[in-house]
Amino acid sequence: MSDTPAFEPRIVAFFCNWCTYTAADLAGTARLTYAPNVRVVRIMCSGRLDPQFVVTALRQGADGVLIGGCHPGDCHYQEGNYKMLRRFHLLKRMLKQFGIDDQRVRLEWISASEGDKVQRVINEMVAQVRDLGPLALVGKPTPHPDASEKHAAA
Amino acid sequence: MTKPKVGFYWCASCGGCEEAVVDLHEAILDVVAAVDIVFWPCAMDFKRTDVEAMADGELAVCFINGAVRTSEQFEMVELLRRKAGVVIAFGACAQSGGIPGLANFTSKAAILANVYEDTRTTVNPHKTYPQATVQVPEGTLTLPVLDETVRALGQAIPVDYYLPGCPPPAKLIADAVGAILAGTLPAPGSVLAPNVGVCHECTRKETKPEKMLVTQFKRPHQVLIDPAQCLLAQGLVCLGPDTRSGCGAACPAGNMPCTGCLGALDQVRDFGAKALSGLASVLDAGEDAAIDAGLAGVPDPAGTFYRYSLPASELFAKLPE
Repeated sequence: MSDTPAFEPRIVAFFCNWCTYTAADLAGTARLTYAPNVRVVRIMCSGRLDPQFVVTALRQGADGVLIGGCHPGDCHYQEGNYKMLRRFHLLKRMLKQFGIDDQRVRLEWISASEGDKVQRVINEMVAQVRDLGPLALVGKPTPHPDASEKHAAA
Repeated sequence: MTKPKVGFYWCASCGGCEEAVVDLHEAILDVVAAVDIVFWPCAMDFKRTDVEAMADGELAVCFINGAVRTSEQFEMVELLRRKAGVVIAFGACAQSGGIPGLANFTSKAAILANVYEDTRTTVNPHKTYPQATVQVPEGTLTLPVLDETVRALGQAIPVDYYLPGCPPPAKLIADAVGAILAGTLPAPGSVLAPNVGVCHECTRKETKPEKMLVTQFKRPHQVLIDPAQCLLAQGLVCLGPDTRSGCGAACPAGNMPCTGCLGALDQVRDFGAKALSGLASVLDAGEDAAIDAGLAGVPDPAGTFYRYSLPASELFAKLPE
């Protein structure tokens, strides 16, 4: 055993209000335990998930991003999850070009009754990302604040 | 009354921004009449010592184009920042990294190896690489050092304003110069271009369908482009909806899809991710195979969406192997 604490991945999960978030609620009331590494953000629809959220989460320290939406055909807004699916295909291809492993960004369809699937998917993903290790993005230089402070002082 | 002193400088860029100044045509004579150009190495004979001799803040405005990659560029922009009251990042490379910023998809070591060893036309049996310093009988010679990554100007020094474009359109330059002379510049940090999309100015705007649906994205060489119809509706990867206007939609008017050189609108944090989102959303496909087939017309998403803004993006650079 090494003295360094084991790596615990941080996963940001974006769950749709109508299906996956409700499923996560169900998992809670059913007392299904799952890895505590996931920070859930509720969004109204997986179609609301702007790919900017994913890159920003990764930049700000997430080791993985999980997106949960309604099954195809079940979207509360008819086709939001299809929009997400199309973006997801292109986003995955783009993240690969940045050297980001496929397993770090995952899309799952989880209906409101599938609390057990929330448990399984989260446990699976946490284990996979734990094996991959921390996501060490190339350090980004902090943009200088524009010179507004200097102007305000003058 | 003394005329305000103005400087121009050129970092990692192609030189097109310097051309853009001359694109003002006769209007440049009005500019020259109104300001005193005291530093413009590309067009006139000035030396670094001339800038060093200036008092801090003596330059009213300095226009700097190009990204920052070398130690020399960084020294110069730091020097110019001290000497200038207002620094304007001029063009896409200074604003967000531009085409030179795409070098962040590879490492400095790989770039040097390619240039000094691997290219077929290179013969370098002693593996001679440029060094920061070298001793010769006459003394020590020095060269600037390449940084590991390319930075946008605002990541190297504080920037007051951004003049976007590759290169900035003449009208935006003229408007900016007019605002400087009239003292009507907006709040610092502003982008000196309208905060609306390129579609707003596009001659094809009327043909943009109410509901945009594309089954197959195509590259310009694969299709005979209809010169009047909305390019995106024809399946071409046109980034007009995501890109700031100010160019008069010159590329679509010339039958070329917008590639996004004027960069993001104020509301957008990461141009590439946002443009990817917009483009993928109009695809009319539901099954995985159909989606992949439709998106095959975007063979290089990272290069397409971050063509001008990789250093300014959230991800910034590719992870090292």
